[in-house]
Amino acid sequence: MSEPLLTVSNLEVGFTTDDGLLRAVDGISFEVQAGQTVGLVGESGCGKSVTAFSLTRLLPQPSGQILGGSIRLLGRELVSLPLNEMAKLRGESISMIFQEPMAALNPVQTIGRQLGEIYALHHTCSPPEALQRSVAMLKKVGIPSPEIRLTEHPHQLSGGMRQRVMIAMALALKPALLVADEPTTALDVTVQAQILDLISDLQHEMKMGVLLITHDLGVIAQTCDEVVVMYAGRIVERAPVQELFANPRHAYTRGLLSSIPRLDGTPKTRLPTIEGTVPALSEMPVGCRFCMRNGATPDSPTLFTRPEYKEVTPGHWLELCPRCCT
Amino acid sequence: MVSPPLLNVTDLNVHFPVRGGVFLRTIGSCKAVDGVSLTLQRGETLGIIGESGCGKTTLGKAIVHLLKPTAGTVMFEGQPQHHDRRQRARDFQMIFQDPAESLNPRQTVGDIIGEGFVVQKMGTPNERRQWVAALLEKVGLPTSSARKFPFEFSGGQRQRIGIARAIALKPKLIVCDEPVSALDVSVQSQVLNLLMDLQKEMELSYLFISHNLAVVKHISDRLAIMYLGKIVEMGPAEELYRAPRHAYTKALISAIPEADPTAPKQRIRLTGDIPSPINPPPGCAFGHRVKAPRYEESLKQPIALKEITPGHFVSNCPCCVE
Ligand SMILES: Nc1ncnc2c1ncn2[C@@H]1O[C@H](COP(=O)(O)OP(=O)(O)OP(=O)(O)O)[C@@H](O)[C@H]1O
Ligand SMILES: Nc1ncnc2c1ncn2[C@@H]1O[C@H](COP(=O)(O)OP(=O)(O)OP(=O)(O)O)[C@@H](O)[C@H]1O
Ligand SMILES: [Mg+2]
Ligand SMILES: [Mg+2]
Repeated sequence: MSEPLLTVSNLEVGFTTDDGLLRAVDGISFEVQAGQTVGLVGESGCGKSVTAFSLTRLLPQPSGQILGGSIRLLGRELVSLPLNEMAKLRGESISMIFQEPMAALNPVQTIGRQLGEIYALHHTCSPPEALQRSVAMLKKVGIPSPEIRLTEHPHQLSGGMRQRVMIAMALALKPALLVADEPTTALDVTVQAQILDLISDLQHEMKMGVLLITHDLGVIAQTCDEVVVMYAGRIVERAPVQELFANPRHAYTRGLLSSIPRLDGTPKTRLPTIEGTVPALSEMPVGCRFCMRNGATPDSPTLFTRPEYKEVTPGHWLELCPRCCT
Repeated sequence: MVSPPLLNVTDLNVHFPVRGGVFLRTIGSCKAVDGVSLTLQRGETLGIIGESGCGKTTLGKAIVHLLKPTAGTVMFEGQPQHHDRRQRARDFQMIFQDPAESLNPRQTVGDIIGEGFVVQKMGTPNERRQWVAALLEKVGLPTSSARKFPFEFSGGQRQRIGIARAIALKPKLIVCDEPVSALDVSVQSQVLNLLMDLQKEMELSYLFISHNLAVVKHISDRLAIMYLGKIVEMGPAEELYRAPRHAYTKALISAIPEADPTAPKQRIRLTGDIPSPINPPPGCAFGHRVKAPRYEESLKQPIALKEITPGHFVSNCPCCVE
């Protein structure tokens, strides 16, 4: 079989802080094939966005660093690529939808300027042509009155409109790999469905690969081919979507799936949660990071040796902690 | 004597000027909120759902006095909102949709959460530090977070900082704008449990804006469905979910993605362009969008909410409601 579109191996990412070096991503490996959608889920703060920023080489500087491992996209190693070379890949080879639109959009520039620039830079379009393409793209993502919106600034748009502007910017150049970090959190379910359809159309048309980060397990179930589950900087489980929902084998995955809010639940009752909280990054055990929330005592041997990450059945990968896996 | 509701919003309009042309003259207006009336009782939760851009955030901001209404009134405990900012901060707070927009990047998390105590001249510095630590624990963040800056946190962690800030002064009303959208389902449940506990403890009221129907339905007593600046349906949460009457409510419910990869997809696909509050179509906006067969009839009569069963209101639009 040919090389996957994206291969991440043993990726480690850290931040230098007052508390020393914090390892936010601790040796993760996965692939995305062309035309495939891989879902990335996990506890808030487990390193999903940091992974996304590493793939696009947009980690906050100078505190964020890739400490080790490899990221291969379209046969090229990205980790060692000079940043000016990387900038050329952004847009057509890889592009990203950011979790917080306001952090990604320039507050003092109009939407038209920010979107038009993408076309102008990469296609050397004339200004009228860039405008025309921008209008068409905003229409595609379902923004009404696009001509007027292009003259407005981000603060004049609703949360979901900003998110769709960012989606338009990310899809403008039909990237080979789309990294989408919570792309639909600010959208109602009908518009969300429309955006997910748009992404899947591009996928069929261009064989675009998608890494989809979301907390919405409904969206995961409906759109992904494969799911990667992260916990505290590591991948604990990875499997084809049907397999993961039908046969979750890591205790964290099972806890997550049973916390999904149900439409037929009794209103105003307490919702099930996973007991406890994630340890601070500076206090992570070497071994299994979920054990403490799964009833392990502080002297449990599983906390001191890192469990092996293995393919247990074809396509189903597990971090094999003897206490946390079935 | 019946005491007035905690919150009473009547015929609220918030319109923004739209500028254009070379001289940026006002060429029209964006009718973000257009004739909204609602009440909220003490200890009650009203969930607000609606199409992206339909005016939910604008409505919330007008209620907490961050935006000036173009017309209509907002009464709090039977009175217009207090003119004193400090009193208002004890009456109501807002959890903002986009943490990047609402957290000052130059303040430490401790200062952000504790700011209200300082403004209200509450406690000694030492006491304030303890209160901040207790709030951080309540939202599931390590107490060491107080020394750090917002950019050192993940999206969901920042969202929880905003929640801690909003509950710090124990206000009577909190407008929650997508408060849990950046949280994984387990932390989301923890935060929802916390909000429900606080409600029981202090008779807090929530205006709860969210796109996640399962979440809104779980936490709300009543739901209001908005479309293009207007409420189109409002009523008891269970009833609205089980027996929706408006075509937009029905489309919403059918589009909820089910967390089951083998589930058949049977959603109602909405066609047509999303209407714009800058140039709203005449008559029923949703009917216009989906080209409802009886859309023309909506032009002939004023559209208003009608009570069909006790507490269940639905628009009398002929093209969207049978
Ligand atoms: N600039 C930074 N400096 C220091 N630590 C950081 C920085 N950015 C992120 N972190 C830490 O790295 C960890 C992973 O953060 P990340 O943003 O990847 O989480 P996430 O999985 O995307 O979570 P969420 O679902 O809440 O968005 C968190 O514990 C966070 O505190
Ligand atoms: N400060 C502003 N200036 C001009 N127009 C604005 C401003 N704030 C909001 N609007 C407009 O008001 C309308 C409603 O926006 P609002 O943010 O209330 O929507 P929303 O329902 O919260 O949407 P979402 O679900 O996407 O967050 C939009 O058309 C938006 O462009
Ligand atoms: Mg994130
Ligand atoms: Mg909003």
